[in-house]
Amino acid sequence: MKKNQENACRRGDGDIAAPGAGSAKRIDCDVLIIGGGTAGCYGAKILSERNPELKIVIAEKADIKRSGCLAAGVNALNAYITEGHRPEDYASYAMKDAAGIARGDLLLTMSRELNDVTEDLEKLGLVILKDENGKYATRGWRNLKINGENIKPILAAAAKRGKNTRILNHINITRLLWTDGAGPSGTRRIAGAAGFDVLEGTFYDFRARAVLMATGGASGLYRPNNPGFSRHKMWYSPFNTGAGYAMGLEAGAEMTTLEMRFIALRCKDTIAPTGTIAQGVNARQINSRGEVYEDRYGLATSQRLYGTVEENAAGRGPCYLKTAGITPETRDDLYRAYLNMAPSQTLKWLEDRVGPDEANVEIEGTEPYVVGGHTASGYWVDSKRATTIRGLYAAGDVAGGAPQKYVTGALAEAKIAALAISEYLEKQRNAGERETAETNRADEELRHQADAEFAVYRRHLSLGAGSASKTGAEPAADLNACASEDRETLSAASAPADGARTPFFDVQMLEEAMQKYMDQYAGGIGSNYRYSQAGLQTAKSRIGSLMPLAEDLAADDAYQLMEIFQLKERLKVCLALIAHLEARRETRWRSFAENADYPNASDNWLKYVNSRYENGRIKIICRPIVRAGENYEHQN
Amino acid sequence: MSIRIDRSRCSGCGACVRVCPGNLLKLETESSGEKKCAVRDCRDCWGCCSCLKECRSQAIGFFLGADMGGRGAVMTVERHQSISRWKVVRPDGTMEVIETDARSANRY
Ligand SMILES: Cc1cc2nc3c(=O)[nH]c(=O)nc-3n(C[C@H](O)[C@H](O)[C@H](O)COP(=O)(O)OP(=O)(O)OC[C@H]3O[C@@H](n4cnc5c(N)ncnc54)[C@H](O)[C@@H]3O)c2cc1C
Ligand code: SF4
Ligand code: SF4
Repeated sequence: MKKNQENACRRGDGDIAAPGAGSAKRIDCDVLIIGGGTAGCYGAKILSERNPELKIVIAEKADIKRSGCLAAGVNALNAYITEGHRPEDYASYAMKDAAGIARGDLLLTMSRELNDVTEDLEKLGLVILKDENGKYATRGWRNLKINGENIKPILAAAAKRGKNTRILNHINITRLLWTDGAGPSGTRRIAGAAGFDVLEGTFYDFRARAVLMATGGASGLYRPNNPGFSRHKMWYSPFNTGAGYAMGLEAGAEMTTLEMRFIALRCKDTIAPTGTIAQGVNARQINSRGEVYEDRYGLATSQRLYGTVEENAAGRGPCYLKTAGITPETRDDLYRAYLNMAPSQTLKWLEDRVGPDEANVEIEGTEPYVVGGHTASGYWVDSKRATTIRGLYAAGDVAGGAPQKYVTGALAEAKIAALAISEYLEKQRNAGERETAETNRADEELRHQADAEFAVYRRHLSLGAGSASKTGAEPAADLNACASEDRETLSAASAPADGARTPFFDVQMLEEAMQKYMDQYAGGIGSNYRYSQAGLQTAKSRIGSLMPLAEDLAADDAYQLMEIFQLKERLKVCLALIAHLEARRETRWRSFAENADYPNASDNWLKYVNSRYENGRIKIICRPIVRAGENYEHQN
Repeated sequence: MSIRIDRSRCSGCGACVRVCPGNLLKLETESSGEKKCAVRDCRDCWGCCSCLKECRSQAIGFFLGADMGGRGAVMTVERHQSISRWKVVRPDGTMEVIETDARSANRY
C-alpha cells in the first residue's frame, strides 16, 4: 500500500529499514508533534515559520487531511473577540462559565491570540462571512460565521508547506520516551515516543528534543447515545481516545480538572451540533408542553444541559429547539450549513420529509467526554503550555486549564506552545556540549524503553491470527515482508510470548464492559449523569479488573493493535477520571460533575484537583486557583 | 450511521482508505485480481463523509442506521471545484439535490 508521506525530508534519520510489519524505524528530529489535528498542524506551521531549519515531524494516526475533530467541518468560529470587547472579557466569561475552576493566565494568553489566528486562518483560505463594510459578520459577541467544511484540508496544507516538516500519516503513538536526571528529584526530560504504522505494521522509534502533544480529548469512555449499530455516531471524534492523557499519565505528567466532564447538548440521534440553530436562528429550548425552560435553570453551558435532563426526569420531555415556523429560505440555509459540518442531520431532515420549518428539532445530552477544549480537563501546563515534563508541551483539547478554546483557542495554544518550543530549543542549543554527552548516555536507555513498548506490540500480535504460535503455521506472507537487516521482525515477534494464552475476550467485549460500568457507576446517560462515592468505588474496581484482561487481547494486524491501544488508553483515562470525580466532594457544575453525596457547591473546593500516576495509582494533588491577572510557573 | 460501497463503481484507487480519520477502510483483492474498497466494521463509522468527498467515482453512499431513524435513503456527493452536489435518493426512487459552494459562508 502506497502511503501518503508528503514532503518527506529524509535527512537525519537513523537506520531506515524497508517498511513492513514488525520492522522498526528510527526517526530523529528536533520537534515531534503527536497528533496532526487542529493544534498539531498549526503548531507545525508556526514552528516552521519561526525557524525553517528545524526538523519537525508530525506523527498522525490517520491522515492530517481530515483527521480529528474537524473531519466533517465546523459551523462557526466559537471564540473571537468582537469589536467593543477585550481578551479579558472572553477570559472572564470562560472563567465564570467554569464556576471559577479555570486558569486566569491560560485564558488570557489564549484570548490575546484569538484574533490573530483568525486572520491567519482567513489568509490560509478559510471563508469568513463579512458584512457590507467588509468586517467579519458576528454571531453573538464571540462567534464568527464561516464556511468550515474545508477547514481541516486548509490547515493540513499549511502544515505541509513547512520546509523541513515531515508528515507521517497513519502512525499511532502509544508511549513517550524520557530520561531522568541524576538523583531522586532529577528532572524528567522528554526524548521521543514510540508507535506503529496502522496500515503497514512498521514500528517507530522517534527521538526528539521537544515534543508537542496534540492528540485531542477522549470519547467512548461511557456508553454512547446510540449504543448499537450507530455506536460511533457521537459528537466528539470516536477516534480521539485519550491517548495523550494516557501517555502523559504513564510518563508521570500532572493532569488537572479531569472531573469537569463535557456533556454536549445535541440534536437527537444524529448528535449534530445545535449552535447553528440555537444561536443562528435564535431557537429556544422548549419541553413537550411547549414551555421555554432554559431560563429556569440558568444559561451556563452545564445548566442548559442540566435543565434538559431535569425536564426529561420530571416527565416533561422530550425537549426541543423551537424551530417550527422558520421560513423555507432559512430551512434551506440550515440544510446547507449542516452539510458543511454534520451531513447526517440534513440527511435526516430530507429522509423524514419533515424539515426544521415544520417540526422542532429534538435535543438530548451526549455521553460524557473528557475534552480540554470545552472544559478545563487535561495536562497541567504553565503559561507557555509546557507540561510538568521538560520539553513536553501540550495544546488544544489535550491541554487543561483553559475551557472554551474551540478551534481558534486550539490554534492560539498551538502558537503559544510552538513559540515556547522554539525558545526552549534555542536555550538548549546554547547549553551546548554537556547536553549532547548526556543525550548519548541516554541513548541506550531510550532504546530500551522503545523496545519494551515494541515487546508489548509483539505480544498482542503473537496472540493474533497472523501468529505462528497460535496457528502453528508460518506468519502470513504480507505480515512477514520485512527486510533482513531490520532490527525487529514479525517472525521474531511471532515466537510464543511468555505466558501467552488463547485470548478469552475481544476488544468489543471489553469496551462494552467499560462503557457499561462507567454509565452505571460513574454518572453516564443511564444515571442522569449523577454518581455517588460508593458507585465510584465500584466503577474503580470494575475498570481495574478490565485492565489486565486488555493486556491479553489478540491482534491479527496493526489495525487491531491500534484498537487494543485505544481501549487501554480509555481504561487508563477512566481510572484517572474516577479518581478526580471522587476527589471533588461537591457539585460545582450540574451534570458535568454531579456528586449525589455532595449535592452543593462549596467554597472549600475552590481549588484545582490535579493528579499524577505513581506506582500504578492515581495520586491526587490540590492546587490553589490562578485568578485573572495572576501567573503560574512550574516550581521545578 | 454508516457507509456502503458500490464495488462496481470502485476503481480501487485507495483515496478513501488514506483519508478516513478512523482508518476504517481497506482495499481487498477480488478473485479477478482487482482491488476494491471494503469497510472493516460498518458500526465504527463516525459519519464524517470524508471518504465520500474523496471518492471520484461516487462509489460510496452514506446512510442512517435504523437506530437513528434511517429508512434506506442513501446520500452521495460529487465535487467540482468549489461546488459540492449532494444527492439523497430515497428507497421509493424520489431524489433531492442540494448544492453547497465552498466560497460562500454559512448564514447561520
Ligand atoms: C463535531 C465537532 C464539531 C465542532 N464544531 C466546532 C465549531 O463549530 N466551532 C469551533 O470553534 N469549535 C468546534 N469544535 C471544537 C474544535 O473542533 C476542537 O476543540 C478542536 O478542533 C480541537 O483541536 P485538537 O487539535 O485538540 O484536536 P483534533 O483536531 O481532534 O486533533 C487531534 C489529532 O490527534 C490525532 N491522534 C489522536 N491520538 C493519536 C495517537 N495516539 N497518535 C497519533 N495521532 C493521534 C487524531 O487523529 C487527530 O488528528 C467542534 C468539535 C467537534 C468534535
Ligand atoms: S464517513 Fe468518515 S468515518 Fe465513516 S468511513 Fe467515511 S471517512 Fe471513515
Ligand atoms: S475512493 Fe472510491 S474508487 Fe477509490 S478506493 Fe475508495 S471507494 Fe474505491
